[in-house]
Amino acid sequence: MTDKINIEIDGRVCEAAPGEMIIAVADREGISIPRFCYHKKLSIAANCRMCLVEAEQGGRPFPKPVPACATPVGEGLKVWTRSPKAIEAQRATMEFLLINHPLDCPICDQGGECELQDVAMGYGGDISRFSERKRVVLDEDLGPLIATDMTRCIHCTRCVRFCAEIAGVRELGATGRGEDMRIGTYIAHAVTHELAGNVIDLCPVGALTSKPYRFTARPWELTGRDSIAPHDGLGSNVRLHVRRGQVMRVHPNDNEAVNETWISDRDRFSYAGLNGADRLTAPLIKRDGEWQQVEWTEALTYVAEQLKAADSADMGWLMAPNATLEELYLAARIARGLGCDNIDHRLRQQDFRADAADPLFPWLGLPVAELSQQRAILLIGSHIRQEQPLLAHRIRQAALDVDGAAVLGVNPLELELNHRSTQILSAPARMASDLAAIAKALDARGSGVLADLIGASEPTDAHEAFAQALKQADGQGVVLLGALAEAHPDYSLLKALAGVIAEAAGARVGYLPATANSVGAHLAGAHPAILPGAHPAETPGMAVGAMLDKPLGTLVLWGLEPDRDLIDPARAMAACEQAKFVVACSAFDAPSLRATADVLLPIGAFAETSGTFVNASGAWQSFQGAVAPPGEARPGWKVLRVLGNLLDLSGFEYRDTAEIREELAALCAEATPDNTPRATQAVAGPTLTAESGLTRVGAVLCYALDPLVRRAPALARMPGSEFAVRLHPDQAAELGLVDGDCVRLTQGEVQVETHLFLDARVAVGAALIPAAVSGSEGLGAMMGPVGLERLSSRAARSERG
Amino acid sequence: MSFRNAPQAVVHDVDKSELFTPEIREAIDAHIAKYPPEWQQSAVMPALSILQDANGGWLTTELMDDLAAYLDMPSVSVYEVATFYGMYDLEPQGRHKVCVCNSISCLLNGSEELIEHVEHKYGVKVGETTADGRFTLKEVECLGACRDAPAVLLDKVYHEKLTPESLDRLIDGLE
Repeated sequence: MTDKINIEIDGRVCEAAPGEMIIAVADREGISIPRFCYHKKLSIAANCRMCLVEAEQGGRPFPKPVPACATPVGEGLKVWTRSPKAIEAQRATMEFLLINHPLDCPICDQGGECELQDVAMGYGGDISRFSERKRVVLDEDLGPLIATDMTRCIHCTRCVRFCAEIAGVRELGATGRGEDMRIGTYIAHAVTHELAGNVIDLCPVGALTSKPYRFTARPWELTGRDSIAPHDGLGSNVRLHVRRGQVMRVHPNDNEAVNETWISDRDRFSYAGLNGADRLTAPLIKRDGEWQQVEWTEALTYVAEQLKAADSADMGWLMAPNATLEELYLAARIARGLGCDNIDHRLRQQDFRADAADPLFPWLGLPVAELSQQRAILLIGSHIRQEQPLLAHRIRQAALDVDGAAVLGVNPLELELNHRSTQILSAPARMASDLAAIAKALDARGSGVLADLIGASEPTDAHEAFAQALKQADGQGVVLLGALAEAHPDYSLLKALAGVIAEAAGARVGYLPATANSVGAHLAGAHPAILPGAHPAETPGMAVGAMLDKPLGTLVLWGLEPDRDLIDPARAMAACEQAKFVVACSAFDAPSLRATADVLLPIGAFAETSGTFVNASGAWQSFQGAVAPPGEARPGWKVLRVLGNLLDLSGFEYRDTAEIREELAALCAEATPDNTPRATQAVAGPTLTAESGLTRVGAVLCYALDPLVRRAPALARMPGSEFAVRLHPDQAAELGLVDGDCVRLTQGEVQVETHLFLDARVAVGAALIPAAVSGSEGLGAMMGPVGLERLSSRAARSERG
Repeated sequence: MSFRNAPQAVVHDVDKSELFTPEIREAIDAHIAKYPPEWQQSAVMPALSILQDANGGWLTTELMDDLAAYLDMPSVSVYEVATFYGMYDLEPQGRHKVCVCNSISCLLNGSEELIEHVEHKYGVKVGETTADGRFTLKEVECLGACRDAPAVLLDKVYHEKLTPESLDRLIDGLE
């Protein structure tokens, strides 16, 4: 149905597709029709009646005003949105809506940006004719992010539809009838979905507002600044609302190709970390074990001297993958200018055996928007909803599509997906053999170790079904590798197997970039084997693993906490402690940095620097700084610029980030995103085998990803992020452990006491022990062998207690 | 309310054969069989009635949760239905329910008098149960018996053209 028809709205001829709703055509033409319940991304409820318009078709007038949101257009339709009849209907609706709405705008957080307030200005009467008592509705506690004032609710049901259709969880509902109708959960429970914060934007009134933001500012005091979210690989377009040099809140900006009109709660609420107490506000130097505040000149001269004096082969640069493209590029230039190739951003990876074969510009494998058109999606080692909330939404769209994509998973834990999916629960030690079995079911051979693995595997019905689904996708399939695969000790093997499967099934391979600039870091050259512009390095340096293994004399840490942001906190802390000189550039004054660094340089965090992120689909998205960094802190690129000059490196006279970006863009002119390995991967056999015993699965949960989000108080209060061990009941029974036991956890030489919970979603052979949360600091690799020993049972504790 | 992806199925982690009694399951299954498999949620209303009758005339949250699990639907959708319709009660009820229609025709023909009469004579307000637990007085929306207003639904039987006296006789006949 591509035939366009012409309709007339307010005397203007508009082109429309048959079946479109009047309001959609009017919105496109810029003709405003008041509405509350209609939202372009949600189903049509037509229950607020605010969008009533007068219409006629083929010369026959409709007997009553019709709702523009629920009236499809047809040939010869004429619509009047401002005729006396339409206005009368709209005014009458407005009067009804205001009957029960409290007149408390001065104390309402929505005041000044309230759709009801705005429309009431246009259509409301000056004086209410309603003298009866207004209704009062008790509030519900929806958790630490969403504040409720349900008396103000006008029952548009946008929030209910959002939860059901977009989030895929029916947490909210409309109970009761008529005047007793209420929006809520009926039995109070927190709304926990990772996109739930969007209901704050959707709510046209002040019924659902942001708990962290409420009562702190008025909309007319805020200045909007466009930016890019600094967490997951999607790079959601956001708008920062700033007042007096402080980010007060974050809203989404529409971008169909990226985040549509949503943002995840992580992107929405992480800004609170900027205003925390532990910001680093001045350069510090440790002298004789005492921290001394110094001037920038002194600090940077000292750092330059140390770097110059250091042996470049004995130096390592660890870069946070959510640093800006400009910061990563300048750091890579300085490191290489000093003759040091030891620079890496893959902080949560432990298997670097495929570095020589890895693609130079790895990406999602397809534009983000195309993800929802795939017909088969295989997720390998990805806790997708925690890692990439909005990509998970795209995948859900694919699954709900008419044809319904087959969503497949090979994961050490069963994912709670709010749509149809088939998952193979596979302990880390079994993941390679499960993938090999799928490859065999696809009649793939492979070579070398792969051929042995594939040959030895025995596909079950589940593997056959996976193979079938991928084949039936007919080119519209994608095999995605997530953060759990990246942390796997046999990542090179998983990548190779993913490649074999994709090739045999005619599907694509994609990487789910764990953080905002993981893709960009490859372009910037923050990689031991890749030079800026995604060119291969002739003499590859050390990757993160080697840097942690071999005690280096000099370490530069950029935007990270060694006990949380690295794959193996125990080894990372040891490496930092053994180094003679450690300079840490950080926005936060973290205890682990104080313990290990010799110099602390305060840099600007998200929103405090201009820069660029390259998102999962390879799109360069630049942003300006919105606020100044606190105290003496400076944007990271300026710090590196001065450092470059002090080190007498040429070409460090940048005036702004645009200049740096253009320089890098010129280098990247030839770079195209491509996931094909650049050499035949000679992979070694699996290091994890069935005999490895219990393996830790150190998932990084949504609100632990990076230093900023970990410091957002409201997100820290979200349930489910506490440190504990989770085991499959069968696994626990085998070890003689029961639910609630206090256990001693042994990883390498580290021992930690914690609690055990049983969870049938965890694979047998795996122990889910979150990483990057309080309690996990001293532990070893995110994925690796772990021992558990019972200390006391819950029963024993309660007897004592 | 219409949902683009309706109806949303939620598979709960429970053993359906452990829910309710075999008789109740059979009765609900008979209703489920009336609808296409993906629309088994449509059986929610008759199923709620069955559960309410088996539970002494009211529904607990646990019963609604169990039904949600039985019909593979979100719990909140069951709550929505159960709270919307007047015939479902979410609090303990008397042994009988006296439901006086108070919509326009009955109102014009004296249903207010009936309610006032019951309130005074038996000491219960609308929505309350008599002290001896004999009956609960309910005010309901149109029973669809306007021709012979005022109408009262006594448990499951319609009584029409009532006066305070004839209603008294009916109530006297209750156990």
